Amino acid sequence: MFDNEELIKETKSQALNSETVGDIHVDDPRIIAKNINVFYGDKPAINNASIDIGKNEVLAMIGPSGCGKSTFLRCLNRMNDTIDTCRVEGELFLDNENILDKKTDVVSLRAKVGMVFQKPNPFPKSIYDNVAYGPKIHGMAKNKIELDEIVFKSLDKAGLFEEVKDRLDAPGTSISGGQQQRLCIARTIAVSPEVILMDEPCSALDPIATAKIEELIYDLKKNFTIVIVTHAMQQAARVSQRTAYFHLGNLVEVGPTSKIFTTPQHKLTESYITGRFG
Amino acid sequence: MNITIILITLVLLAASSYYVGLKKSISIQKSDKLHSAPIYHGSLLAIYSLIVSLLFILIWHLFENYLYPEFSLSRNLIFFLSLLVFLITALSVFLKIEKNFRAREKVENIIEIFLLICSTVAILITIGILLSVIFEATRFFSMVPITDFLFGTHWSPQIPIREDQVGSSGAFGAIPLFTGTFLIAFIAMIIAGPIGLMSAIYMSEYATKKTRDIIKPLTEILAGIPTVVYGFFAVIVVAPFIRSSGEYFGLNIASESALAAGLVMGIMIIPFVSSISDDVINAVPQNLKDGSLGVGATKSETILKVIIPAALPGIIGGLLLAISRAIGETMIVVMAAGMSANLTANPLEAVTTVTVQILVLLVGDQEFDSPKTLAAFALGLVLFFMTLILNYVALNIVRKYREQYE
Amino acid sequence: MNNLKSRLAKEKRFKAYGIISIITALTLLTILFVSIFSQGYTAFQETRIQLPVYFDQEILDPNKTSDWDNIKKANFNGLVKQSLRNLFPEVSGRSNKRKLYKIVSSSAEYQIRNIVNNDLSIIGSKQNIWVLADDDVDMLIKGNINRNLPENERRIDDQELMWIEYLESENLIKKVFNKTLFTSGDSSESEQSGILVALLGSFYALLITLALSFPIGIATAVYLEEFAPKDNKFVDFIEVNINNLAAVPSIIFGLLGLAIFLNFFEMPRSAPLVGGMVLSLMTLPRIIIPARAALKSVPPSIREGALGLGASNVQAVFNHVLPIATPGMLTGTIIGMAQALGESAPLLIIGMVAFIVDVPQGFTDPATALPVQIYLWADTPERGFVERTAAVIMVLLIFLILMNSLAIYLRKKFEKNIT
Repeated sequence: MFDNEELIKETKSQALNSETVGDIHVDDPRIIAKNINVFYGDKPAINNASIDIGKNEVLAMIGPSGCGKSTFLRCLNRMNDTIDTCRVEGELFLDNENILDKKTDVVSLRAKVGMVFQKPNPFPKSIYDNVAYGPKIHGMAKNKIELDEIVFKSLDKAGLFEEVKDRLDAPGTSISGGQQQRLCIARTIAVSPEVILMDEPCSALDPIATAKIEELIYDLKKNFTIVIVTHAMQQAARVSQRTAYFHLGNLVEVGPTSKIFTTPQHKLTESYITGRFG
Repeated sequence: MNITIILITLVLLAASSYYVGLKKSISIQKSDKLHSAPIYHGSLLAIYSLIVSLLFILIWHLFENYLYPEFSLSRNLIFFLSLLVFLITALSVFLKIEKNFRAREKVENIIEIFLLICSTVAILITIGILLSVIFEATRFFSMVPITDFLFGTHWSPQIPIREDQVGSSGAFGAIPLFTGTFLIAFIAMIIAGPIGLMSAIYMSEYATKKTRDIIKPLTEILAGIPTVVYGFFAVIVVAPFIRSSGEYFGLNIASESALAAGLVMGIMIIPFVSSISDDVINAVPQNLKDGSLGVGATKSETILKVIIPAALPGIIGGLLLAISRAIGETMIVVMAAGMSANLTANPLEAVTTVTVQILVLLVGDQEFDSPKTLAAFALGLVLFFMTLILNYVALNIVRKYREQYE
Repeated sequence: MNNLKSRLAKEKRFKAYGIISIITALTLLTILFVSIFSQGYTAFQETRIQLPVYFDQEILDPNKTSDWDNIKKANFNGLVKQSLRNLFPEVSGRSNKRKLYKIVSSSAEYQIRNIVNNDLSIIGSKQNIWVLADDDVDMLIKGNINRNLPENERRIDDQELMWIEYLESENLIKKVFNKTLFTSGDSSESEQSGILVALLGSFYALLITLALSFPIGIATAVYLEEFAPKDNKFVDFIEVNINNLAAVPSIIFGLLGLAIFLNFFEMPRSAPLVGGMVLSLMTLPRIIIPARAALKSVPPSIREGALGLGASNVQAVFNHVLPIATPGMLTGTIIGMAQALGESAPLLIIGMVAFIVDVPQGFTDPATALPVQIYLWADTPERGFVERTAAVIMVLLIFLILMNSLAIYLRKKFEKNIT
């Protein structure tokens, strides 16, 4: 009996702690997340997280592995639907539409909220076809000329065009890892999304390729809202304007990146930033 | 009106309605963003109308035959009506096309339903087997008591035409067939069990990668040889060999014997046993092996004391599957084991099996009301359930075993 | 240390058992191939005898009509006999002459008849024609009948042997490639029998099998692997059914074919159509199971990549997963088809086991199949048929090896694709 009561008390105090520190709101929000809870089977993975994501900003999500940052990211374009046991509760607004609503068409949602994955995953097709695939299925080009234009522009925006323009027919899997990841970014840009989600996009790359991608993220922010999950704190500091810190499924602290990395308010954030765990 | 003409007309209509749907959605696309790409609107129009009109024809056909035989309309009218159905459906879909119309989702639903229907074919086949076997077997058991069939020791399915005909008693005691089947399966397992198991052990624990790469494909060839070829091999090589070696020892062996059939069947099953055992042995975790080798056990000691005990359930499951395969095998036994239903445990005599008798009873004779023909289905019923139970037990053992190490 | 010695000896013995097992299996495989090859390779040649044929106007067209409808009724058999008598003028007596007529195949008269049909102007001339030898002569020439045996132990007596040796010395007898084997149907005379009916029967049946089991099998695999809800009783039931069907003895499918296709739907007996349908029931699970494995091994990142771009589930599967899995699924299909090609028991039950001379023209004409032809001929004691049985086996094995090599090639390609 006693043990149980202790347990309940502890859980309650944890729930109190889950109150996010810092300002979760922005002036011009693109995405508004309200009270998001995620469960894998019975196990809670994210605990009551609320946050706004602003227009044309780069939001970095950091935290120790298993903290729920990737899970949260995958809620934003409902990639969690592909996991059978995963259940998402709460409200998530994109352009005044609750995208967690069952009636929402996930396909058009994912065209608006694109995603770049941890490991580069080009399709085993030509470089050209990799980029052209999205515009094709969404019927964005009326003819070959328009399609060419979209493909070239997207490759250009991803900073890849110069490197691959002579071998657009080469398989997408034949280029280097960093190029593959930029190809995946080009592929995502090609469907002109409003938001781009990046799930540790550099974790499989070497430092030089990483630098290129970071540069690219900086450029892309002019046209897109970007949410990036990363475990490299320096990367978050370099590319993002705002940072959200997750810990054990709780959104602990949100704030301007410069503030989070210099004067974190929450004790957990501070210990993570200073490298006490990670 | 010929049914092919109806079908061709409908397909042509579908093609044109695809075009119409495509055009309309493209014209909408010029001013608004479409939910679904134009090809989906066109496809939905075509596929949906086609399915509805074909269903209409099918249902009409059934009703015509079973409900109103006297009210049989001309083919022309059905043709006309089906076209009408097509056009009405197409029109109703056409009117729905607008920028938010979720044509893609509907097309995809149709695709998924089609895939689901395809996957129920497996169930239909099982039902087909059960229906055909059980239905005819029931008719057989109404003529011959089931106890006579299952426990009788005399098998002589020829129904006497004359009263005094010799050797045609019409007895349907299947015990000699069961013993024959198991005798041959037993001989086969004596051959295939040790050889298959030992090859698998050698291949997975001793052989270098190079030898494996050469020998594995060779054993796969053994597995790919049609059973009728093994049957020919039994007749032309193994049986004469057994007979002449029998003569050498002063034994008189029939040209068709359980031994020849069992031996050749054993050869056929070797690759089957070895490939299953190979899988099973490879599933034993490396750390178990390392643990044993680490305390100074030799390889063979590790295999005998650690790997085999750990893999035993899997190996037993595999052997059961092999037995079920041996029981169901037809061509080798029909060519090498003979037709005479002897109740014997002597491998040098000719015996007959369940599968052989099914074949013998059905090839040629097609009188579907004689117990002789129906007996084949009763044997089929027994065979089906025998293999079903064996497989079920074996697969369960193997699966439990796999889960244990996953 | 003694203990260690005995342990090491045990180890050696154990390893030897393994090697012996493998060698035994491989030896058996070798014996099987060698025995079939040594029995069968001679069947790819046939023996022909050169006959000096005088296309006698008196026999063929006494009224000089030059009309084939008239000529075709002529006594061509007599022409063959006359030519043989011309070749061996010294033979006299009824029984000796009859023996002489038997050294050529009974098909010789049809061969002569065809020659006349093709060119009526040949009438009146003398031509040397290579006609098919009788099967006993064929066996003797190929060395399957030992000439040194005492006369009463061989099928060719001394007098026949003398004639043949005369022909040999005059180069009037030779072995040529056995076209008959591939261009004719079954026959009661081994030298005239061929596998064309079986070849076409197998071909038609396999076409049906492929047309039915490939689309349904792939669709099933795609549904179960990509779309089916997890933890669904109905889906589980489908899976149980497929796994069980894969292990049902093939003869049971024959029973289904007999009871349902032939008796209930009254489809034609002995037809490749029904044969193909029965084989497709058997092949279906053998296509589904490897196809599912191929789909399963496509990396999930590909699927996610497509979904992340806003592709729907169906688009992700059909545009990305299926193309990658195709070689793997084809591997399974080809192996399944190879097994169907070698299968005979269910075909015997639906009656594809008749003596069929006429070449089937379509899917509903009666035919046999290659493995069934093996079964039929293996039952015949004549040496000529034993040789031909082994030859059919070799043809069948060549097809199977080709199919399996293609499957292995595709599997290699698939493995490269998914890494």
